[in-house]
Amino acid sequence: MSLLHIVILLPFILAVFVPVLHKWSKRLHTGWFVLPAPAALFVYLLGWLPNVQEGERMTASLPWIPSLGIDFTVYVDGLGLLFALLITGIGTLVVLYSIFYLDKGKEAIGHFYVYLLLFMGAMLGVTLSDNVIVLYGFWEITSISSFLLIAFWHHREKSRYGALKSMLITVLGGLAMLGGFALVYVMAGTFSIRELVGSAADIAEHDLFIPAMLLILLGAFTKSAQFPFHIWLPDAMEAPTPVSAYLHSATMVKAGLYLVARFSPVFAGEPAWFWLIAASGIATLLYGSYRALKQTDLKAMLAFSTVSQLGLIMSLLGLGSAAAVYTGTSESLFYAKATLAGIFHLMNHAVFKGALFMVVGIVDYETGTRDIRRLGGLMSVMPVTFSAALIGALSMAGLPPFNGFLSKEMFFTAVLNIRELDVWNMAFWGAFFPVIAWIASVFTFLYSMLLLFKTFAGKKQFEKLAKKPHEAPLGMLLPPVVLASLAVVFGLFPNLLSYSLIEPAMAAIHPAMLDAGAKFHVSISFWHGWTAEIYMTIGVVAAGILLYKLYPRLSLLNRPLFTRFSLNKTYDGGIGRLDGSAKWLTDRYMTGSVRHYLIYILFFLIVSVAMTMAGSGGMRVDLSDFAPMSLYEAVIIFALVASVIAVPFARSRMMAIILTGTAGYMVTLFFVIFRAPDLALTQMIVETVSVTLFLLCFYHLPKLKKELARLRFKLSNFLIALGVGAVMTAVALSASSGRSFESISGYFLENSYKLAGGKNVVNVILVDFRGFDTMLEIVVLGIASLGIYALIKLGPDAVGTADGRPAQVLAADGRDIRSNDVILKTISKAVIFVILTFSLYLFFSGHHEPGGGFIGGLMTAAAFVLLTMAFGMKAMRDIVPVDFRKVTAAGIIAALLTGMGSFFFGEPFLSHAFGYFDLPLLGHVELATAMLFDLGVYLTVVGITMTIILAIGRDK
Amino acid sequence: MELYMSLAIGVIFTVGVYLILSKSLLRIILGTSLLTHGVHLLLLTMSRLKTGAAPLLGQKADAYVDPLPQALILTSIVISFGVTSFFFVLAYKAYQRLGTDDMERLRGKDDE
Repeated sequence: MSLLHIVILLPFILAVFVPVLHKWSKRLHTGWFVLPAPAALFVYLLGWLPNVQEGERMTASLPWIPSLGIDFTVYVDGLGLLFALLITGIGTLVVLYSIFYLDKGKEAIGHFYVYLLLFMGAMLGVTLSDNVIVLYGFWEITSISSFLLIAFWHHREKSRYGALKSMLITVLGGLAMLGGFALVYVMAGTFSIRELVGSAADIAEHDLFIPAMLLILLGAFTKSAQFPFHIWLPDAMEAPTPVSAYLHSATMVKAGLYLVARFSPVFAGEPAWFWLIAASGIATLLYGSYRALKQTDLKAMLAFSTVSQLGLIMSLLGLGSAAAVYTGTSESLFYAKATLAGIFHLMNHAVFKGALFMVVGIVDYETGTRDIRRLGGLMSVMPVTFSAALIGALSMAGLPPFNGFLSKEMFFTAVLNIRELDVWNMAFWGAFFPVIAWIASVFTFLYSMLLLFKTFAGKKQFEKLAKKPHEAPLGMLLPPVVLASLAVVFGLFPNLLSYSLIEPAMAAIHPAMLDAGAKFHVSISFWHGWTAEIYMTIGVVAAGILLYKLYPRLSLLNRPLFTRFSLNKTYDGGIGRLDGSAKWLTDRYMTGSVRHYLIYILFFLIVSVAMTMAGSGGMRVDLSDFAPMSLYEAVIIFALVASVIAVPFARSRMMAIILTGTAGYMVTLFFVIFRAPDLALTQMIVETVSVTLFLLCFYHLPKLKKELARLRFKLSNFLIALGVGAVMTAVALSASSGRSFESISGYFLENSYKLAGGKNVVNVILVDFRGFDTMLEIVVLGIASLGIYALIKLGPDAVGTADGRPAQVLAADGRDIRSNDVILKTISKAVIFVILTFSLYLFFSGHHEPGGGFIGGLMTAAAFVLLTMAFGMKAMRDIVPVDFRKVTAAGIIAALLTGMGSFFFGEPFLSHAFGYFDLPLLGHVELATAMLFDLGVYLTVVGITMTIILAIGRDK
Repeated sequence: MELYMSLAIGVIFTVGVYLILSKSLLRIILGTSLLTHGVHLLLLTMSRLKTGAAPLLGQKADAYVDPLPQALILTSIVISFGVTSFFFVLAYKAYQRLGTDDMERLRGKDDE
């Protein structure tokens, strides 16, 4: 962890504390706590400028998943630093602006700043990460925080729609990009961008080169709102204006441009790269500027303007990639001017568009509307806002002396230069670029003027406004004024940027053009003489003014062109159909019938087990080594099978339950024969308690009706059942016909006494070797018993009867499960004590002889059940006045504490110890911590059994 | 013995599965009970039957039967007791409140 990592993580860390700060400060706006973070980062990053300018690269790495080549590596070069400064610089102004834009009392600003900081950190992560997988992670966080910010006013339908749309489109692109990164890894064997650039020449001939490029470009185009993926950006304008200024104009939408610039050293020189980026960029430029003309909402106008300007920068990056063809010659520099213009315009756009968004926010804030048909004449009441708007709009229109003029001139230079390119069919197509660029510039000029004059000049029509407009507060004016001033400063002194930022960024995009240690020398001058570019600008202004005059009369400019078909309708229809078909498909198999779901599961079981056994050769039957069958066993097996087969044919509930019970007792007998005394004891008691339980529930269940079902229903059930039975027989036969590998049981037999001091291996496995399993098992049992208790006690009908008296009391007193049998009562008195004593014996001897916590607990519970049956609930409560749910809890806690006890001795959870002691009366005995654990099990089992039985017994 | 046991396990599974596919709640619960028995016997049969003394080291025998399936089964018996009880209560509570124990009529519909 170095300072470089802190730069990225600082916003995230602050985001954690924002909710606390928000609650804690009642009066101070939360934004004031957030403001220092981007400001400090900006100042800190500025300090790196001289180093980076000298060609120094800073890097720091933190291992994350080294086995997969994924490390959190921060890498700072000219390009990354440029973006980081943009993110923190604009971020500072946006936070300041938002403090006045969002009211502390009315808006959920606690959330707002968490999202905004998330975004800021993620965006820094995108631009400063060297590892593409880390970059991807941050990339998706920017999509998610953008989603949250667009939906900030989530009670509005349109906000939610816009948020979802932006998320779906950008995340789709993000996934494609991840696929591209994976392909890149397949080709180059690295996730590091630096190493990738180093091996760029080796992978250019690879089959996956073009697919990887297409996937990465899909990510870039969706994020940077390139046609036809731009449709999310206008809908994203539902976000609060500071968000629009920050995410959807200055930073996040430029992530796609960053990606293209970052991967330029890898892909540049490839004709597809040039064509896709240059053509989609120039098309987006034209389309966006044309659509911006027709908007009446100021923010929508700015949204389409942003789309178009992003297209402009994208096309410049594409044109610049032509330089890679001429690496090493002077022509290379000739084409690299496009990249230079792109970087310069990227900054200029952030400056003037940021200012314009903030101005529009002020207008909206002060007048209550953004509709240019209702606005007008604001110049006189909002002079400062107007000044900022004037500078921003003129800069966007490309007029001197503002920064937008310079970058637009350079754009014209680049499109004129590209005509000279004589590869990739450019001899024919090259002429189209200047023409389209010129037309789009006319449109840009036109909508800039519309934006400016429709809002601030013209007739005052304040009566149409919701409130009387006046100048905004100082804090809100400051950020746009700062940005507008920068538009002037960068316009007059462009070389402020060219030395400090543009040269290092160029070095990152065109590394191959530089000899080791060399630097680019960029100098942007204001006046080149009477060149083609300047005539083009004069033409733009002339045509723009003409069209501005004609604008109201030209429906081509102010009406929608196509109404029948639109990309938005295609998107909506696509989403709708996707939803519909997903529902249709789901409805086909999610029928709501448990039987159907069971059939899917069982069918899958049959097929997968049968196929695995057939495929792996696991199916084998070797009868030779099987044990012979004795007469007893034959009788038991016959009784078992007969009673099981009879269950489906039983006509009454009682019969079915007794038959099932019989099967249980037969299984118990098998446990006896096959040398499993612990199991036999457990099964016997459980079977007894279960039958009691069944009989208690029996009252509540309806009579067993004959299954009135069609033959097809029964037959399909029977076939599935037969399949499962056959598969299980095969599994049993194969498993007992020999082992594929050595069993681990030998270890337990060998070490049970040596390591755990117990002779009953089964018990030792439960409480010692596999103690953690048992621990969780008693927790599960506790949950099951509470579930039963809740079902009975806390159901809606258990709250009270209609007349308000508690129903449970009535039921408990009204009918008790007490027996009237005198013989039972008399015998029980004696037998209960015998059972209880025996249960204690089973519990204590469990470590060496059959028994233990489970068996002892069940036996004790059986004694209590007998007590309840014979003498009734009330007697039970009087004799054993404890809450059995608390017994369960005590048991689990005892087991847990025993397990944690081993921490004091520096041992892992549930390490047991044992020793031999001479005690009075008892003599030489062994004491083991496993006994304490087993006590927990014992208490839990008693607790849950009694909770279940008593809860059911008490139910009305 | 393993052969007959395997066949018996097959029968138990067949009947158990047939029961849980039926419409009546009571039959379904009894089906799960039978399936539990089937699983227990399967685990026991897997480790071979009657190959030694019970796994109590106090017996000082030459060979003991495999203790591992026994530990697994012991856990399973107690768990299945808890689960079966839960099923039972769930079933009769559902019957009390909804007036039917027919799975086809208890079928979930959209957004209920």
